[in-house]
Amino acid sequence: MSETQTVKEPTPPAKESQGSQVFREIMSGSAMISVLAVFVALVIGGILIAVTDPRVSASSGYFFADPGATLSAVWSAVSEAYGALWRGATYDPTARTWQGQLGIFETLTFATPLILSGLAVTLAFRAGLFNIGAQGQILLGATFAGIIGFQMQLPPVIHLLAVILAGAIGGAIWGGIAGFLKARTGAHEVIVTIMLNYIAVSLVLYLLKNQLKAPGSTNPISAQMHDTALFPLLLGPNFRLNAGFILAILAVIVVAWLLNRSTLGFEYRAIGANPKAARTAGMLVSRGYTTVMLISGALAGLAGVAQIAGTEKTLDSDIAGSIGFDAITVALLGRSKPWGTFFAALLFGAFKAGGTSMAVNADVSIDIVAVVQSLIVLFIAAPPLIRSIFRIKAVRREGASA
Amino acid sequence: MEEPLKNNISGTFKRGATVGTVALGAMALLLTGCGQAPAPAGGGGSTSGNAAAANYLGCIVSDAGGFDDQSFNQSSYEGMKKTVTDVGIKMKEAQSSTKSDYEPNLNQMANAGCNLTFTVGFLLADATKKVAAANTDLHFAIIDDNSIKAPNVKPVVYDTAQAAFMAGYTAASVSKTGKVGTFGGINIPTVTIFMDGFAEGVAYYNKQQSKDVKVLGWNVDTQQGLFANTFDIIQEGTKATNNLIGDGADVVMPVAGPLGKGAGDAILAANKDGKDVKLVWVDSDGYLTAPTYKSILLTSVVKTMGEAVETIVKDDLAGKFDPAPYIGTLDNGGVALAPFHDLDSAVSADTKSQLDTIKKGIIDGSIKVPSKSSPK
Repeated sequence: MSETQTVKEPTPPAKESQGSQVFREIMSGSAMISVLAVFVALVIGGILIAVTDPRVSASSGYFFADPGATLSAVWSAVSEAYGALWRGATYDPTARTWQGQLGIFETLTFATPLILSGLAVTLAFRAGLFNIGAQGQILLGATFAGIIGFQMQLPPVIHLLAVILAGAIGGAIWGGIAGFLKARTGAHEVIVTIMLNYIAVSLVLYLLKNQLKAPGSTNPISAQMHDTALFPLLLGPNFRLNAGFILAILAVIVVAWLLNRSTLGFEYRAIGANPKAARTAGMLVSRGYTTVMLISGALAGLAGVAQIAGTEKTLDSDIAGSIGFDAITVALLGRSKPWGTFFAALLFGAFKAGGTSMAVNADVSIDIVAVVQSLIVLFIAAPPLIRSIFRIKAVRREGASA
Repeated sequence: MEEPLKNNISGTFKRGATVGTVALGAMALLLTGCGQAPAPAGGGGSTSGNAAAANYLGCIVSDAGGFDDQSFNQSSYEGMKKTVTDVGIKMKEAQSSTKSDYEPNLNQMANAGCNLTFTVGFLLADATKKVAAANTDLHFAIIDDNSIKAPNVKPVVYDTAQAAFMAGYTAASVSKTGKVGTFGGINIPTVTIFMDGFAEGVAYYNKQQSKDVKVLGWNVDTQQGLFANTFDIIQEGTKATNNLIGDGADVVMPVAGPLGKGAGDAILAANKDGKDVKLVWVDSDGYLTAPTYKSILLTSVVKTMGEAVETIVKDDLAGKFDPAPYIGTLDNGGVALAPFHDLDSAVSADTKSQLDTIKKGIIDGSIKVPSKSSPK
């Protein structure tokens, strides 16, 4: 019964709808497109840095008298900014302390929740679902993890494992709701997950003002996680890098195995490629939607665990930051492949770690990083969109993905 | 002279508008690019400040509100900018967009070797505490938080209730409906301290003048009231203000950062429909920072953060840094009631002289403004 309700496209069903075709094209371009998108975005970011630089605008006033001055101003503006970005994300010899010089570990720290939530989006993508709800799933994951982490006393190791499990369950519930509604009623997962994001924020804020508020505090922030509930730091107290990063790498390996080697993964890919064909082949599409959103939500929940048990240590309604939305870009850039997502998350972690350094040391607004990230999305998503808007036939290269 | 030239130009360009546009663009480029290259600067550079100041690095990290929040981030930031001009120090800045940015931003400031770093808002308390502990040779100052006890951290807090008390008294004196209203962003001490002071100012007016002006939106005893539960969604400010106006309030004090704009919009709309509602701004003098609402702006409860920033930098530069909290009061000018500006005539001369007495009374301690949120 529910199966027929899921299908809303008009007959004949031979041709897949315009929307899902565009969607599939966006998701299945080659790695080269990702690299070029990053490159062009950086070039345009560089132009923006140059035109907003006061030295450049000062020297362009006498461009014809001394063109070299303008060009060297452009060069120093852009090279200083990107130099600071690069040094902040990797190794910065100009920093005051040796801990501060090793920005690479900040990059890995920032990348950890992005890897996990990027995987969440990637997995759902492969089953043909657009999970915009990573934000809410991260929040719920962090909340569940927090309840175990700061309200319960458990022995070491067991406590952390319980926190991880609780976070995964919290995210899975939130993702599962969207999957279940999609499977049962055909409710579009984009709408449902976006709405669930808002509900998650309000729910967490409510809990933080009542049950989860730190005792004696008036602010909507929870108590601190117990030490036993925290990810151990990998490199001592001078660095924020923690075992959450290892969890993220394990998650990449598991998701890669799940998608490429397991029966379940094959089912998801078949459903993603063509739900009707998958159903004809005897697969339970509705069960696929529900389970993939459960797993996707669990992965996003783990990103919430990485936040609360890794870097943040307390729960507040802003703990997800913009991770849930950056995750979508990361998955796009990673061509919705597990290891692609991993490297895309590293790049975004580097942007985050280096962006701060760029803002502080080169006086370039950190918004430039947001612009570069947005341009990346634009360049990846735009070509198929424009083709579809203007009905230009793309050169189909069947089997180019996989 | 001009006519033939104009004709000539338009005649030439008639055939192709594109050509004209391109030519004009090129001309503009030529004109803007035709300036003289400056002669190479002859050493020296800025010699205004002393050498110590020129090597001194003052830094500031915002909370998630950003430096353009028309509130405490902005006033602290402007104070820092002013200090750069006045004293000749160097400055670095970092904006935070979420809580997870606080610690990395602060670490970056420590890496850059900032002599003194201002962190704006209690939300940065944990990060400030941690980074200050790891960099004991650097100084920090945190605004609106008094929780950190460390030898290199100076808390900067404001007993805002004192100025809000005066605003409450003024509001009660101009109210025609006998009801004044307030609402907050989130029920946190830095917000409710305004509401406490406001409500107590109204109560004091009632006692002194034997009136019965009601305060809507805040109850000092239960510490509960009307909250938008956000500092971001401006429309929530409009909603809350419409509720207050609907219940009869004709003076509204929003304590919710940018939501004050939503409140101003609601009042402008209500006044168009024949109401006569006035606005009390908070944090900065709204007459200067939010001039759209000049016509309805009764007064503002001002925290003069800029002065505090400059004072602390100057002290540190002179080697006089101390971790004792700076508490802004009516006495030291850290908090103040802004002038009535355009609505000056709405406030009676009696009220003005009473306000002077109240200010003296608060300063000498004969009038108490108790607030649970006051800095101790």
